[in-house]
Amino acid sequence: MLEIEDLACLKGDRLLFRGLALTLAAGELLRVAGPNGVGKTSLLRLVTGLALAEAGEVRWQGVAIGRDRDAFHRDLLYLGHASALNDLLTPLENLRFACAAAGDEVDEGTCMEALVRIGLADQLDLPARVLSQGQRRRVGLARLFLSSGRRLWVLDEPFTALDVRAVADLATTLSDHCRAGGMVMLTTHQDAPFAVEPRVLDIGAYAC
Amino acid sequence: MLNTFFAVLRRDLLLAWRGRADVLVTLAFFVIVVCLFPFGVGAEPNQLRAIAPGVLWVAALLACLLSLHRLFAQDHVDGTLEQLLLSSEPAVLWVLAKVLAFWLTTGLPVVLVAPGLALLLDLEQGALPTLALSLALGTPILALLGAVGAALTLGVRGGGMLLALLILPLFVPVLIFGAGAVEAEASGTGAAAHLLLLGGGLAGALALAPLACAAALRISTD
Repeated sequence: MLEIEDLACLKGDRLLFRGLALTLAAGELLRVAGPNGVGKTSLLRLVTGLALAEAGEVRWQGVAIGRDRDAFHRDLLYLGHASALNDLLTPLENLRFACAAAGDEVDEGTCMEALVRIGLADQLDLPARVLSQGQRRRVGLARLFLSSGRRLWVLDEPFTALDVRAVADLATTLSDHCRAGGMVMLTTHQDAPFAVEPRVLDIGAYAC
Repeated sequence: MLNTFFAVLRRDLLLAWRGRADVLVTLAFFVIVVCLFPFGVGAEPNQLRAIAPGVLWVAALLACLLSLHRLFAQDHVDGTLEQLLLSSEPAVLWVLAKVLAFWLTTGLPVVLVAPGLALLLDLEQGALPTLALSLALGTPILALLGAVGAALTLGVRGGGMLLALLILPLFVPVLIFGAGAVEAEASGTGAAAHLLLLGGGLAGALALAPLACAAALRISTD
């Protein structure tokens, strides 16, 4: 269970939001909504522990995330704005490294299956720099298929640059994860066909 | 646990291989800086022999500094650093792997080439093993201290210049004992004391710098 209590976020010298409280239980899909610049990405970074809160606390299974970072990170998958791809490596090398760096042991065959499943069968051996924006995004998203053991998925604009079929496919994957007892927290401006009706958190209500 | 260490090491070495021009530029810089001195101070062998340890060490230090800003920059831009910071493995491990890969691609070539360049400056042949050993002990310290500086100046405008200002004063003790070891060996007093101090410095840096570096990376990605 993820609990957020009285969270405030300071960006530069401007207070973006304050008093944000939220509880995310197993099986829930949360969509963080609000206009540009309201602090959606900042909220996600606070939840992952990449950024430090001005006030308030984020707790995972009742423990503040800063106190037992390694345990929290074992349960967390965060896909940010940046795709974490190196241009000189192939999608396969990038994906294998991303898994190993996160602490998962995944063999090459499984990585290849994930990339084929997300529609990159023909690009396995190309350097990432020749991929299109949508294809780059897919390489990052392929980690979703390999991370079902991680309960909390935090996704920043996962649907950007994806085509309609990929969006539907991704929505199904996210719904399946929730049905299996996982939690998903995402930002998006697009409508996606989720099987589970997403809960919506409007940050605008907490804006300063 | 070592899985992460080797994954980062393998990837960084692979990236260095695919972008090997960068590695060669650093090495070429080292060679050219050393070769400039005979033109500047004249080709008098006694004079060159006297300044050889200092010249080689300062050139090695500058070559290291030249490539330090690359250590985390690309990973910071493309988001890999965020993912590494979210790893469930201790940050010290992968920081150490990155620094090791950095040393293997910039420090080690310098260590290997330096004895050859020392002959150019007419350094006594008996002091060549000491030169190589002092560089082999000293350049990892430069890489470890430099990594902390690189982490602190990550994403800062004009970070390269700031990194040099921040980190060069810290390199001074390494320079003193490194060049001192070669001088002591050449003058016949023995380099053991200098080398032991360098070894101690390396052990200390190895224990503390990765921790400081990991903390600095957390701050710079905030």
